[in-house]
Amino acid sequence: MAQMLDRNLHIRSIDAYIDPLLPRERAIITHGHADHARPGHSKVLATPDTIAIMQTRYGPDCAGSFQPVGFGEPVRIDETTITLYPAGHILGSAQVLIEQGGLRVVVTGDYKRLPDRTAQPFELVECDLLVTEATFGLPVFQHPDPADEIGRLLKSLADHPARAHVIGAYALGKAQRVIALLREAGYDRPIYLHGAMIRLCALYEERGIPLGPLRYATEADKAELAGAVVIAPPSALKDRWSRRLPDPVLAMASGWMSVKQRARQRGVELPLVISDHVDWPELTQTIADCRAETVWVTHGREDALVYYCRQMGLAAEPLNIQGYEDEGEEE
Amino acid sequence: MKRFAQLLETLALTPSRNRKIEALAEYFATTPDPDRGYALAVLTGALSFAHIKPARLKEVVLAEVDPHLFALSYDYVGDLGETIALIWPHTGGTRALPALSDLIELLNTTAKSDVAALITELLTSAAINERWALVKLATGGLRIGISERLAKTALAEMSGIDLKEIEEIWHGIKMPYGALFSWLEGKSPKPDIHHTARFHPLMLSNPIDEERDFDLLDPADFAAEWKWDGIRVQLILGAGEVSLFSRTGEDIGAAFPDVTGSVFGRGVLDGELLVGHALVPAPFNALQQRLNRKTATERLMAEHPGFIRVYDMLFDGDADIRALPWSERRQRLEHFFASGAQTRLDLSETIPFADWAQLGAIRRRGADENGHEGVMIKLRSAPYVPGRPKGNWYKWKRDPNLVDAVLMYAQRGHGKRSSYYSDFTFGAWRGTELVPIGKAYFGFTDAELRQLDKWVRTHTIQSFGPVREVEKSLVFEVAFDSAQLSTRHKSGVALRFPRINRIRWDKPAGEAAQLAEVEALIPAT
Ligand SMILES: [Zn+2]
Ligand SMILES: [Zn+2]
Repeated sequence: MAQMLDRNLHIRSIDAYIDPLLPRERAIITHGHADHARPGHSKVLATPDTIAIMQTRYGPDCAGSFQPVGFGEPVRIDETTITLYPAGHILGSAQVLIEQGGLRVVVTGDYKRLPDRTAQPFELVECDLLVTEATFGLPVFQHPDPADEIGRLLKSLADHPARAHVIGAYALGKAQRVIALLREAGYDRPIYLHGAMIRLCALYEERGIPLGPLRYATEADKAELAGAVVIAPPSALKDRWSRRLPDPVLAMASGWMSVKQRARQRGVELPLVISDHVDWPELTQTIADCRAETVWVTHGREDALVYYCRQMGLAAEPLNIQGYEDEGEEE
Repeated sequence: MKRFAQLLETLALTPSRNRKIEALAEYFATTPDPDRGYALAVLTGALSFAHIKPARLKEVVLAEVDPHLFALSYDYVGDLGETIALIWPHTGGTRALPALSDLIELLNTTAKSDVAALITELLTSAAINERWALVKLATGGLRIGISERLAKTALAEMSGIDLKEIEEIWHGIKMPYGALFSWLEGKSPKPDIHHTARFHPLMLSNPIDEERDFDLLDPADFAAEWKWDGIRVQLILGAGEVSLFSRTGEDIGAAFPDVTGSVFGRGVLDGELLVGHALVPAPFNALQQRLNRKTATERLMAEHPGFIRVYDMLFDGDADIRALPWSERRQRLEHFFASGAQTRLDLSETIPFADWAQLGAIRRRGADENGHEGVMIKLRSAPYVPGRPKGNWYKWKRDPNLVDAVLMYAQRGHGKRSSYYSDFTFGAWRGTELVPIGKAYFGFTDAELRQLDKWVRTHTIQSFGPVREVEKSLVFEVAFDSAQLSTRHKSGVALRFPRINRIRWDKPAGEAAQLAEVEALIPAT
């Protein structure tokens, strides 16, 4: 199978790279996060949602040409067939199935299996070689039900009605997911956004994902923000931006927040364990479900998962691809 | 247990002291007895479970989790308790987690052989946050930044009763503190505790600021004493009952029956516990041998007899004299010693001096010739005030000793520092050989820590588990309070309170200290 796919995710037969970091002639992009989608490729194959996200972030001409491909629509190039399947990670996120001469390779990109109103639901694809992410590839990562985490946020809002609750969340995907979860829990008050969130929230709404009443936080007065939910990029949590808010409770929505030491280091008072990646039980479940005999592990804590696969009698290798965001901290 | 778990999480994550107090006060006000009493005991360290050691807990987990995956996880998380809480692979136990008081009862009464099964069941029944609290509780390793004082402040906050009043009775009350809460809620009078039964919080000193303070202080207003190198104790001479407490109120009488069985009189005394023959203090590590044991052996008592060098008096007979000025308390203390010859108590002498310069010279001489830790300076007119009141008592420590030592081994820290090599063993030369003389893990800035970590990683010769042996080429200027003989160290010396004063990136290792230079600092006994 190494003849089909190089260890830097290069599909030899059609000279295409999956999520390349350097500009390439032909790129297949799994999803719009910056460590997967880069500008400057000649030809980009991706889902329509991913293309829209790339164009919103990098401009309409961020690639030479775009080939939008819907989920489950096979694209045949010579002897190779490429099909995208939903990865459940963020809006438009895809797994890539590569078929050649009866062999099936799946590159998951980033993925999760829990239901999420803001992303097309994950579909399991059986394969011979699975290239899986391992952002949360340690058995200490067992994500709780996100509805419970939102419940803790709502309780804190009720307990501290005068304090703004500012939630650090990555602008693409996590912010919209948190908003959608709040709406599902019946929270219908306006939600206040940091400037970095606005364009992408608008894009989600345009593409059919309603987010309810949203406001621009810097245009709101202090009284209005007391007891309000404010969503900002994690980097804004500790800076002057959030210190202007009324007596803020610093929250953060991330899979890393299950480790208290991490939360404490970042000065997070209300950690919300909400992840857009599979946790350890889902990772190991997926490896079993897809019935692959070979597993390549990339993007995160590779050593533990490779060890686990080998214990299970599978052939497994770490890929050590450079350039993915260190530990997926952004997500 | 659910509420207690939430409280622990809030306490662990809230940076603000006031919010911690708020959360505690809310918990105490809204949680029924006896749960809140047990919570108070756990938070203040009055309660822990002796037979559930972290290693035992780890065994239970390793029966369920692959050891290699556990090791990788522990390495990442950095805290054993948290790793166990997060990695436990089972959920949905058969019964709800019990209330805190029932849980404590369960942990205390379960036979050793059944502990593994109990832990398995509890961890499986608990939600992840509850597991964390459970592990912290079971191992007694809370370490979430709650001091006893903070908990008491929350009680004061909750009730509107003055913190001092709570501290007054603190050491006479027992968990689960029913009488305390009842009083705090105005349902019963203040618990009545006789002075002979309880520990009285100590008056503590502040370090002197040589440059600022001496200009402002009139030497005539102050008395001076040696600062003794033992441990601070409170001796309560009651009617037919003698108690000995450490500075935190821990009853240590059982370890020093030679002292408690030989003293007489009535009152409450404040002094330094020392060991030595004929009331001559031996070095601290002799005392250490007795402090390490809960009870004393005949041999140890003969080898290192205990005594107390007394410097203050809180109660004279049954009379509370804490409001009197130091000079009057001192007179009463001298009178106490005049009334009968004690064999295990003596009076800490005062040092006559005319001005600060003279006292400075005396202090230096005392340090060089007798190994004294420094001098204490006490305001003659000051009452005995618990806590650390400003402007009353000062300690003037002797200057630290300095030695240039060579870094030999580095070990990873824990918790926040788990990803850095932050515990350093250093050595001095014996001929051409380096021998370890101590270990330090503070004294450097965060930026220096990162530099040191990098240096260790790039100069490792070999690793043994978490320890790396490094090239012998980096010199630390190590400050320490004193040097002592030691049979535990290969070098034969042990340093007290070593800390890294400076990193001598510039200094060649060959110019670091000879062991003989360190040995010369050991005071003769
Ligand atoms: Zn992603
Ligand atoms: Zn990613």
